[in-house]
Amino acid sequence: MSSKLSLYKEFTKGIWEQNTTFKQILGMCPVLAVTVSAINGLAMALATTFVLVFSSIIVAIVKKLIPDQVRIAAYILIIATFVTIVDMVMKASYPDLSKSLGPYIPLIVVNCVILGRQEAFASKNTVFRSFLDAVGMGAGVLLSLILLGAVRELFGSGTIFGIQLLPDFYEPMLVMILPAGAFITLGLMMGLFNQIALSNKEKQRKKTIEKYLSTKNSINDPVGV
Amino acid sequence: MTTITANPSYRLDLTSSPHLHSRWSTKQAMWLVIAALIPSVVSALIYFGISQILIIFVCIFFAMGTEALIKFIRKREISILDGSAAITGLLLALILPPGFSPVFAAVGSVVAIGVGKEVFGGLGYNIFNPALVGRAFLQAAFPVQMTTWKINNYNIDSVTTATPLSMLKFDGKSTAFGNLFMGNINGSLGETSALAILIGGIALVIVGVVNYRVPLAMILGLMLFGGVFWLVDPVKFSSPVFHLFAGGFLFGAFFMATDWVTSPITAKGMWIYGLMISLIIIMVRLFGGLPEGVMYAILLMNAFVPLINRYTRPRIFGVKK
Repeated sequence: MSSKLSLYKEFTKGIWEQNTTFKQILGMCPVLAVTVSAINGLAMALATTFVLVFSSIIVAIVKKLIPDQVRIAAYILIIATFVTIVDMVMKASYPDLSKSLGPYIPLIVVNCVILGRQEAFASKNTVFRSFLDAVGMGAGVLLSLILLGAVRELFGSGTIFGIQLLPDFYEPMLVMILPAGAFITLGLMMGLFNQIALSNKEKQRKKTIEKYLSTKNSINDPVGV
Repeated sequence: MTTITANPSYRLDLTSSPHLHSRWSTKQAMWLVIAALIPSVVSALIYFGISQILIIFVCIFFAMGTEALIKFIRKREISILDGSAAITGLLLALILPPGFSPVFAAVGSVVAIGVGKEVFGGLGYNIFNPALVGRAFLQAAFPVQMTTWKINNYNIDSVTTATPLSMLKFDGKSTAFGNLFMGNINGSLGETSALAILIGGIALVIVGVVNYRVPLAMILGLMLFGGVFWLVDPVKFSSPVFHLFAGGFLFGAFFMATDWVTSPITAKGMWIYGLMISLIIIMVRLFGGLPEGVMYAILLMNAFVPLINRYTRPRIFGVKK
């Protein structure tokens, strides 16, 4: 049962319709824990995307070779390989960032976004589709983590990416960089995005009804009024 | 409600049981609560100076304003005149430290109404007491300002001192009982004067706006749990009477825990709820890292209210267990 969506759709679905953070609500642990600043969110999302893209490609290539009974173990092994690469590169090149992200980089191994995409998508689809899917999902993670991190950093420290944006008399709200702030921000954002999705749906529905009514009128319905 | 209108001149209204009605409408009850808070407001103004009226007005204004704005955005009836938002604002003001910045107080009010109440759907749907949500948010957002206690007009000594509970916790000093009762101590605006709270609180119980069970259960529970520890070691643990009058206990018992929306509806449930709040308060005060635990105790038990309601549901008449 491989996917039948258009290739473009395959890429964009991860950004909005199936956004892992706001729609699928997967992999929330790093989302809540590391988004104290935009730069942390960006680094975490890039690491996740890298692992996601490459493990999706590999899984899609070797999917026929993996016996069904041990597939989860095999996926974990593939994912862990790339996580190790990310972890080591980060430790070597960006030691500060690596320190501030702490255990969350190694924990990408068990991030359910990645395992979920292998199980639900890469193991059933072609390599190219899996690649598009992984890039799309990664872009969704990237956008939502940066957004969350930026909002929390703005209110919690008055800065975004370390650049001071709010005036000096603004008293930073400590709660926003505490776990409670993550839950409040995430909840409000999720509500906002659901509201947008709902009103889009409503608009779509109205458009469909209008279209239907206009075609009906133009046909000069013999049974009609 | 089904309305049968066979003959337009006669109307038969059919409603399902129970056919109970309250003595007070929501609106009347809300204004009665505000009236009952007047003694506490007066005590706050006497002890901490008339300038504290600014915080109270800012809180009420922003609470009502936020409610009106959100109702407007959601295209619902703007019902700020039912007084519930005004109560939230007033309660929040009375549990803030004196001399608190009005700007932060406004932020707290917006969070109290926005996140504490309207996010859940407005009055009657909120899980947590909105005023306490606002205070908890401020406590986490501005911890330094929330624990800076300004001067009490009538108590020169308190210029540099903390509240009775933090004095007890961090310095091992006790406070005179008379001061605790009258309110001549440091603390949040409305919580210092036990006398003023008791006047308003008991009046509310008598007119039937507040059920006597929750405050009574909380007071008895505090006496019981505090008393046990006091009897075990009177030197290490202070007396339950001190705990009763210190901090925000009485204010919480009469005005916070009794919130209609966030407290249990069954009699048995109210007893469990009150006793558990007291147990948590005693645990926090005696063994916790914070000097005061009324706010978190009430918020924590608010979360258990649906569960309590479910397990204390009375048996329907004629149905076997």
